Amino acid sequence: MFSIIEKRKLNDSMTLMVVDAPYIAKKAKAGQFIILRVNEYGERIPLTIADYDREKGTVTIIYQIVGKTTILLDQLKVGDAILDFIGPLGKASELEGYHKAAVVGGGAGCAIAYPQAKALHQLGAKVDMIAGFRNKDIIILEDEMRAASDSLTVMTDDGSNGNQGFVTDALKKRIEEGADYDLVVAIGPLVMMRAVCNLTKEYGIKTIVSMNPIMIDGTGMCGGCRLTVGGKTKFACVDGPDFDGHEVDFDETIKRSRTYAEMEKKAAHDYKCHLMESVENA
Amino acid sequence: MPNMNPKKTPIPEQEPNVRNKNFEEVSLGYTEAMAKEEAERCLHCKNQPCVSGCPVGVHIPDFIRHISEGDMEGAYQTIKLTNSLPAVCGRVCPQENQCEHNCVRGIKGEPVGIGRLERFAADWHIKNGKDEEFHAEHNGHKVAVIGAGPAGLTCAGDLAAKGYSVTVFEALHAAGGVLMYGIPQFRLPKEIVQKEIDALKQKGVEIKTDMVIGKVFSVDELFDMGYEAVFVGTGAGLPSFMNIPGESLVGVYSANEFLTRVNLMKAYKPEYDTPMIEPKRVAVVGGGNVAMDAARTSLRLGAEQVHIVYRRAEEQMPARREEVHHAKEEGVEFNLLCNPVAIHGDKDGKVESIECIRMELGEADASGRRKPVPVEGSNFKIPVDCVVMAIGNSPNPLIRTTTEGLEANQRGCIIVNEETMRTSREGVYAAGDAVSGAATVILAMGGGKDAARSIDRYIQSKQ
Repeated sequence: MFSIIEKRKLNDSMTLMVVDAPYIAKKAKAGQFIILRVNEYGERIPLTIADYDREKGTVTIIYQIVGKTTILLDQLKVGDAILDFIGPLGKASELEGYHKAAVVGGGAGCAIAYPQAKALHQLGAKVDMIAGFRNKDIIILEDEMRAASDSLTVMTDDGSNGNQGFVTDALKKRIEEGADYDLVVAIGPLVMMRAVCNLTKEYGIKTIVSMNPIMIDGTGMCGGCRLTVGGKTKFACVDGPDFDGHEVDFDETIKRSRTYAEMEKKAAHDYKCHLMESVENA
Repeated sequence: MPNMNPKKTPIPEQEPNVRNKNFEEVSLGYTEAMAKEEAERCLHCKNQPCVSGCPVGVHIPDFIRHISEGDMEGAYQTIKLTNSLPAVCGRVCPQENQCEHNCVRGIKGEPVGIGRLERFAADWHIKNGKDEEFHAEHNGHKVAVIGAGPAGLTCAGDLAAKGYSVTVFEALHAAGGVLMYGIPQFRLPKEIVQKEIDALKQKGVEIKTDMVIGKVFSVDELFDMGYEAVFVGTGAGLPSFMNIPGESLVGVYSANEFLTRVNLMKAYKPEYDTPMIEPKRVAVVGGGNVAMDAARTSLRLGAEQVHIVYRRAEEQMPARREEVHHAKEEGVEFNLLCNPVAIHGDKDGKVESIECIRMELGEADASGRRKPVPVEGSNFKIPVDCVVMAIGNSPNPLIRTTTEGLEANQRGCIIVNEETMRTSREGVYAAGDAVSGAATVILAMGGGKDAARSIDRYIQSKQ
């Protein structure tokens, strides 16, 4: 059992949680992830390690409430415990040796992108951070992202923060203005990462993406998370989650990510109905 | 007078057309009367050839004598002297190649149903017996076991009985390894595996789940933590794919994923959260026990048509005869001498069919097996919406890549001295599938037992 030390709402659908997991905190590196199971009947879901504190023995996760398991997780309070919390899994990000980087985050992906920006910055790179959200009400971690980078550009799809457009628009503008990046890191929804990779490919800028396919064990025993990279089958949980974005077959990955879409929708719907019933009966 | 019936006492089973729609155990097990009747078929030979066929050396005629005398607890305790998991072995061992293969009664008829009797004794104990909390006197030494599968659990159990303080580190959230995630409920109920594991805990074995050794601790760090020896029983859990076009389509699974979702995560039960597709037509590629398990599981998930696709002939199938027989009874179709060349999908990336080529048996290879060769132009398609690849597993590289000086062969199997199970690293022992590649539960247990003996000798010799 892994106790929840701190819980903070970042916006209506995103939460930050600090979990007591001293063994994992001692070993965790940027880019790695954990697998958790909320309760006895629960499924195993992967979440990136957003931060860790080796001294305090804690690991920070940030999750978006998208379905039944994240609803269940979000019902836990400080002092409650998560049944299973396994990690650190996957390979650490390789961020050494770059001079100028753009770190691009999309929505919930910003939670994972900003520690990458921080790590790059600490390794001596100049870092521009570009973050994208649907609207200004769901912007998260603005201060953290600003602190982790040399410059921050926040874009909104609807322009509600006065900066309308996609992250690719901002990235393209920077590149055309002569930003001279030797690395782009893109973390967010698959379609966003694909769009960033299509853009940077034109300019020949190396691009690292953090892939988030469906996972079960997270230790390389099932291949549920497999994806095609450079024409070869890779397991994201052991060979990744970071990959060269120009080598990833995004179309295939997007199709695979929808395998259980109907069932996921139904599970979330049924669970919400069940919650409503218990509220009405109370 | 022994019972001279040339045939085994039949064992009650669920009807094929009933059981292929549920996950309940297929074989219902002997009653006391049936067990006694079967026990009386044992001739109690002096040289006990059956015992030499058992990788853990169960005192077979002794335990069978207890059953024929009606002392069921005595039978169980006799088995338990050398076997940590009797309820498991009685169910899943390929007895036809082991103890029962050597049985004298098998010369003129069917051998004694040793597996069935072992299972009976173990089940009797689970139902009627008591596991007393028993701790051997602690000898002050600590041993770490990596992996809570059959090899690790056996090694841990034997060391705990000798007074060692043993910690088993398991990567998944449940102990048992393949017994929990691989072998389905209808062959090996998980409640029974859990009872066997609980019995080990009562002997003083500590099990820590959620611990991925190689990530959270390295083998070297385990030594730093005061463990004097480390046993590696991490199995062969890395699934192989065929590298044919279409393997990334939606609906293509490794058998490990397919079975883990159903067995460990219990996706077939509505109260559990892990989803599983509801396949209508399934092709399972392979001819081993894992392929049979995946095919029979597909039926129980509601599939109307289930095909085994296997590139050799039936005689060459590595699966237990009983499993092949059960699969056929339940309605699995066998496409023998057939090999997949591609999987085809629709515009959404979902599996539509599997394209196969017919094979014929050619020249015998170095191992004496006739090699299947494709018949040019014989391609044909089977319409399916799900494909399960059950063509084998190899050892997970995590321990060998994070432990300096631990030698492995080209297939990734850890190299050990075959008698002592000692690896190239002092104090590190290994056995089971991590050493042999995918094999059987009982061979893993036998290896775990040998390793426990060597670890004891190693630690005592350091005094």
